[in-house]
Amino acid sequence: MTTLIGRGLQAIDAMFRAAEQANRAAFLPYFPIGFPDYDASLAAIEAMAQVGVDGFEIGIPFSDPLADGPTIQAATQRALENGITVKRCLQAVKALRQRGIKQPMLMMSYLNPLLAYGVEAFVKDACNVGADGLIIPDLPPEEANLFAEVCAQEDMALIFFLAPTSNQARIRLVAKQARGFIYVVSLTGITGARKDLPEDLADFIARVRAETDTRLVLGFGISQPEHARMMNELVDGFIVGSALVRAAEQGTEAVQNLAQSLRAALD
Amino acid sequence: MTDYIKRNLTDLPDEWGYFGAFGGRFVPETLMPALDELIAAYQEAMADPAFHQELAHLQRTYTGRPTPVTYARRLSEHLGGAQIYLKREDLAHTGAHKINNALGQALLARRMGKKRIIAETGAGQHGVASATAAALLGLECHVYMGSVDIARQQPNVFRMKLLGADVIPVESGSKTLKDAINEAIRDWVTNVRTTFYLLGSALGPHPYPMMVRDFQSVIGVEARQQMLEEVGRLPDVCIACVGGGSNAIGLFHAFRDDGAVDLIGVEAGGHGVESKQHAARFADLSISRPGVLHGTRSYVMQNEDGQIMETHSISAGLDYPSVGPEHAYLREIERAYYTLATDGEALEAFQLLSELEGIIPALESSHAVAEAIKRAPQMSVDEIILVNLSGRGDKDLDTVIKALGE
Repeated sequence: MTTLIGRGLQAIDAMFRAAEQANRAAFLPYFPIGFPDYDASLAAIEAMAQVGVDGFEIGIPFSDPLADGPTIQAATQRALENGITVKRCLQAVKALRQRGIKQPMLMMSYLNPLLAYGVEAFVKDACNVGADGLIIPDLPPEEANLFAEVCAQEDMALIFFLAPTSNQARIRLVAKQARGFIYVVSLTGITGARKDLPEDLADFIARVRAETDTRLVLGFGISQPEHARMMNELVDGFIVGSALVRAAEQGTEAVQNLAQSLRAALD
Repeated sequence: MTDYIKRNLTDLPDEWGYFGAFGGRFVPETLMPALDELIAAYQEAMADPAFHQELAHLQRTYTGRPTPVTYARRLSEHLGGAQIYLKREDLAHTGAHKINNALGQALLARRMGKKRIIAETGAGQHGVASATAAALLGLECHVYMGSVDIARQQPNVFRMKLLGADVIPVESGSKTLKDAINEAIRDWVTNVRTTFYLLGSALGPHPYPMMVRDFQSVIGVEARQQMLEEVGRLPDVCIACVGGGSNAIGLFHAFRDDGAVDLIGVEAGGHGVESKQHAARFADLSISRPGVLHGTRSYVMQNEDGQIMETHSISAGLDYPSVGPEHAYLREIERAYYTLATDGEALEAFQLLSELEGIIPALESSHAVAEAIKRAPQMSVDEIILVNLSGRGDKDLDTVIKALGE
């Protein structure tokens, strides 16, 4: 397992460097707090940490997750029914750090729960519990001034997205504001495991690479070791969400096994 | 960045889609280029006389515009105060104001070369209007509708199917308008290259609140002129119901600079504010405050943790936890005022207007009528209230029979 120093942007940079030294892409699983329940979600994250994943996208549930497909919709709905709040998700990160998890953790949330918590308060509290960055799918760079300012103060990553529909002007705009990495959405669509990745993926990545040196992390649709193997050549990192959430229905061990097979595919 | 050019029609929204602190574009990146494209296409269409001519021609020969203003003599006499006039959007083709916006956006979709239209619907009126516009222009149409709304608006579901649209039931969340919008946005994210999202109310990301307002502003433009012609002066009060707020903003817009005209929006009070079962975003600030839902910043009914709350109204079209950003702005600058009518008050208004005027209003519009019923007796006989009768009530008969039977 990689040992990382620092936190925030520094920790994320160190994560990529370690993966680069091994000539592979970094693997960041997504997992929502509170699914199937609070304890089980922490156990799943801990189990994945043990098999050497590189970082985490920690999901905060939201009632109206409009970028998510059925798997994550159902899981986060269940998390809400389990009483999971933003505060509880922050406690989860703190608990995971106390259990000795060293990998960078980025908190993923839709905007409204963070606005309700208070932007400055949330970023500070997230930093204090040991989170390293934020991923907010409904916050384009045009609307992100306050978040960008507060994240910069705390040295936290603020992740923006690019999609296959993004034109050159938008790629430049996102690249200019990116802190940590750019989350590249592999397809036009919502989250969910897919059998095949889009055929024009390499062209799309090349289009982004032509505009920026910022590290790229690919997400949406990635679910199988064969997909993971492709990532080494293509991007600096990748995110797997729905497939792991689906595995969690079979228990922690199934999550760990899938994470392990995805991780092993990179070597 | 967009090459958005400020239009002369109005000062707001600003180039980022803001009405003061409300509005904006809070959507996944996949949709941002589509919104840029839509803004550009809309500006171009607005600058093209041929677009306006075609829309005006359809409004006249297809929708049946201008819709009349009717003096509600017996209702006014019964209430014994102000004179009540009704702007008859219920007489527009398909039975509600929704067709104004649906035709405008469908023409824009065709202009943009998009052959597939998606829409969300609550009461079904916007779904019917979209299906109608799609049939007229030969476009493919898919309508997302919450399964709760499908159950309470059966006639409209059947109408949409007759018009050749595909009605897709939404089973997530509260199974009402909010969830139908979520599902429509997910479809749009997936099929954005070929699909035009025909959003039905003055909400969502920029440019929708502006575009929907502009297409609906024909209501107020006509009504203002009709009042001047028929009564010789402007009304003292304009009243409209507010769900997302498209019929209200369509009425209010033409009167925005007439300082002497009070603009009143009526939200759905459901079982009453105390019950917490309502959709009164401006009335119940214990559970409603500025937030972001469906791409725009406005008042949003939410719990302490920022989770969106389920709403209740007897009228599906008002059953929505947020409200168009321009209404939030008009309220903040005190140009418009917002109040509510409960389910019970709307039902009474529904019956009273039917009995006294021979006009069966939509349950949504009945909320506006209810406010007129409250106000008129407190006003003098030479004062005038103009109510936007945004739709007809045939679609609501099942709901009303059930409610009155209980």
